[in-house]
Amino acid sequence: MVFTTTVTDSDEQLHNTFASRYVRTPVPRFKMPEKSMPKEAAYQVINDELMLDGNPRLNLASFVTTWMEPECDKLIMDSINKNYVDMDEYPVTTELQNRCVNMIAHLFHAPVGESETAVGVGTVGSSEAIMLAGLAFKRKWQNKRKAAGKPYDKPNIVTGANVQVCWEKFARYFEVELKEVKLKEGYYVMDPAKAVEMVDENTICVAAILGSTLTGEFEDVKLLNQLLEQKNKETGWGTPIHVDAASGGFIAPFLWPDLEWDFRLPLVKSINVSGHKYGLVYAGVGWVVWRTKEELPEELIFHINYLGTDQPTFTLNFSKGSSQIIAQYYQLLRLGFEGYKRIVENCTENARVLKEGIERTGRFEIISKDVGVPLVAFSLKDSSKYTVFDISESLRRFGWIVPAYTMPANAEHVAVLRVVIREDFSRSLAERLVSHIEQVLQEVDARHGHVSTDASYISPAVEENNHQGKKTGAEKREEEITKYWRRLANGKRTGVC
Amino acid sequence: MVLSKAAVDTDGSVHSTFASRYVRTSLPRFKMPTNSIPKEAAQQIINDELMLDGNPRLNLASFVTTWMEPECDKLIMASINKNYVDMDEYPVTTELQNRCVNMIARLFNATLEESEAAVGVGTVGSSEAIMLAGLAFKRKWQHQRKEQGLPCDNPNIVTGANVQVCWEKFARYFEVELKEVKLREGYYVMDPQKAVEMVDENTICVAAILGSTLNGEFEDVKMLNDLLTEKNKETGWNTPIHVDAASGGFIAPFIYPDLEWDFRLPLVKSINVSGHKYGLVYAGIGWVIWRTKEDLPEDLIFHINYLGADQPTFTLNFSKGSSQVIAQYYQLIRLGYEGYRNVMENCRDNMVALKEGLEKTERFNIVSKDMGVPLVAFSLKDSSIHTEFEVSDLLRRFGWIVPAYTMPPDAQHVTVLRVVIREDFSRTLAERLINDIQKVLHELESLPGKVYAKISGEDSENHSTAVVKKTALETMREVTTAWKKLVQQNKRTSGVC
Repeated sequence: MVFTTTVTDSDEQLHNTFASRYVRTPVPRFKMPEKSMPKEAAYQVINDELMLDGNPRLNLASFVTTWMEPECDKLIMDSINKNYVDMDEYPVTTELQNRCVNMIAHLFHAPVGESETAVGVGTVGSSEAIMLAGLAFKRKWQNKRKAAGKPYDKPNIVTGANVQVCWEKFARYFEVELKEVKLKEGYYVMDPAKAVEMVDENTICVAAILGSTLTGEFEDVKLLNQLLEQKNKETGWGTPIHVDAASGGFIAPFLWPDLEWDFRLPLVKSINVSGHKYGLVYAGVGWVVWRTKEELPEELIFHINYLGTDQPTFTLNFSKGSSQIIAQYYQLLRLGFEGYKRIVENCTENARVLKEGIERTGRFEIISKDVGVPLVAFSLKDSSKYTVFDISESLRRFGWIVPAYTMPANAEHVAVLRVVIREDFSRSLAERLVSHIEQVLQEVDARHGHVSTDASYISPAVEENNHQGKKTGAEKREEEITKYWRRLANGKRTGVC
Repeated sequence: MVLSKAAVDTDGSVHSTFASRYVRTSLPRFKMPTNSIPKEAAQQIINDELMLDGNPRLNLASFVTTWMEPECDKLIMASINKNYVDMDEYPVTTELQNRCVNMIARLFNATLEESEAAVGVGTVGSSEAIMLAGLAFKRKWQHQRKEQGLPCDNPNIVTGANVQVCWEKFARYFEVELKEVKLREGYYVMDPQKAVEMVDENTICVAAILGSTLNGEFEDVKMLNDLLTEKNKETGWNTPIHVDAASGGFIAPFIYPDLEWDFRLPLVKSINVSGHKYGLVYAGIGWVIWRTKEDLPEDLIFHINYLGADQPTFTLNFSKGSSQVIAQYYQLIRLGYEGYRNVMENCRDNMVALKEGLEKTERFNIVSKDMGVPLVAFSLKDSSIHTEFEVSDLLRRFGWIVPAYTMPPDAQHVTVLRVVIREDFSRTLAERLINDIQKVLHELESLPGKVYAKISGEDSENHSTAVVKKTALETMREVTTAWKKLVQQNKRTSGVC
């Protein structure tokens, strides 16, 4: 969306740093410039502006990969001008995509034979993957209802309130009702029993998350499968499951291979995973895999005929770059099972170090679990004097981007900080972060006064100041806290990637 | 989709070229390898396989940019690890996107004040852009109908049969009926009059194309606007227009500035353009612009709160790379209006040179017009013995990828070859292509004809026979297979980008 926030000069133009050497006229921001400028100047101007962006590697908010080996960077640059959708012109690139799909499907225990091709596709990210999976469920359900002569105008999908925003997008854009299982304090994922209760005849699928955005927790897909199977036996509705393994899909198979969450469970019909999260590729690639051909209604697939050969496609995007697909294949080949396992083990170890460092300060409560995505989510034991949002702001000064969020309904009073441990977040960075957090705590203590370690969340019952006359320092602080709480309660979204 | 075409070895694995130096075990294609391999080996293996892909710059089928200046490549690599959706972490990148939207909106004569922010967004390509625009129309129409108490369950969209496949995707995935105006021989775009006739109360919009995929022609949007305005006066339905300017949007403003096709026409409410076509950026970027805020229903926009800042978003994809957005901004300021005009003029001149070269052979009919996207679409004057598909096949041997397609209904009997003139298709390449086409024609003269049945509108039994030294039965078999092949090709022969 368009929202320029930089200061407008009196003539709304942007002054060029090297005005004397490169260009004479400043560069406009709302209209295309009339004249060309030298390419070095264009490069310099843009490069300099971008210096003020955050450093991607210090962005601890994101799960998305921020570092790849130089050899892979080379492959990426070499294929930057290949339009992925030209399947007939670039058959090898197309085959590499197919190999990735096969490998990922096998990783998820899809019931395919040794040399049978799996059903799946590469996407731009988990958002597109989820929309495709959702579309398949919706169409399948509609066909079933039509065949049974029943109404099919009110499809719904059951998920937890902790879902990532793309599920809400899917629901809103594709006109499916979203039935959310509310969370509660201490339980920040979807409760399988409650989910199954919410299932009705219009439910196209139940979506479970392997690696919740907020706390990294894995939902109990096995229990969900059990309970849903029981319900299906009673009702005969055949409600299926989709697993949103955007983060967890490239973690669980390596660290917890015995955890049953994938196609080993009979009701799981499709799974999506982000190649650009723990698939260890730069932003721009996701994967969706279906259990079998039957799960993907034929009428959704388009057949494009390029120069005679038939290639079936089912994606929302058409033209896009090939680089990330090739990079994904590079990673699968270069690392293999062993390499991915080692990386995720390192991440988990570094997460543990960070967690212990944070615990040692005595001021935080750890919300994230040990089994899950390697991240540390923590809240302040006492938020009466300052909140996690203050800590987050202060950490920015050191260069760290550590986001603070409130939980979705019904745990909006809980606010957490979250640090995601990616492949390139080494032990030394973890220790440095801990020391910076300690420094920040000292600062905010000095500013706001020392706090106790009793209360564990922001009190929602702050009374309005009834005293007449001038306000004391403590009362002023209470007012600020009320303001914060109001701000939090006013529908602050928690949607992150 | 998964459909590997490479030959399957007996052990289903891929042998490494440098088996003695790098790896000892061959690599599986269906399952992740168990062990890691050195990064140089991984890079070498993948690089070597990709040598067998087509050369992107000789791919004359595609409109999508295949060359950018090295300075821009540098900017692209530097931002490859920036996740575009992290607006709060990368405010400059977000601002660059906003600037691009503003510049493109003004290029399309959106009625905006000097420093008023335009309404639009960057997408992964025109497919996503069209889906967003279509969604906005659908939602607006639904609101309108609900207010009037009329049914809103049968939306439709009116387009020409020459639309790119993404419109069909939009229709199928978002459950909108596609009403196509059929083409006819000699008239390969949407007839505005027929289109307006097809408009009914359920029409959410009429989609015109500026730069038809098959022959590059610009549709007469002005006439469509005039006729539709009349009809709207009579019916009061207020049917709007969307212009799919995927190719034409970065051509018409520079070399045909007086052609009225954009927001200068009052019924045009949204326009999409591909940054990666004549926007001169690598694959992976498109733009959609709305006339005003009112044309984008508020309930489609999601508000994401990252660390406190509110950013509205309306895209299908979430995480993706930032490189192409930055590259687009680079091109807009590097080239400016003058630069883009120079590039388009060059393309047009080279197109004319190629066209004249083809006319000189006296074997081709030129199907494309001079005014439109710089491409040359041509068909054989006599395709009784040899067809355009054969010409296309033989050109491949020289390295050229020149596609051959049949027109959509009702002109399926017309087959064309098409050469797209991109920025990097210089005059010398044009002359070399003409040379090679002459060689191919020469070669075909000496070859016996492959017997193809020409499909006319009514009669499919008209086999044209040529004198071949085969038995009658063999000939009949060839005829049957050829006819079968043509019928299958006609399923979807015009879907290209």
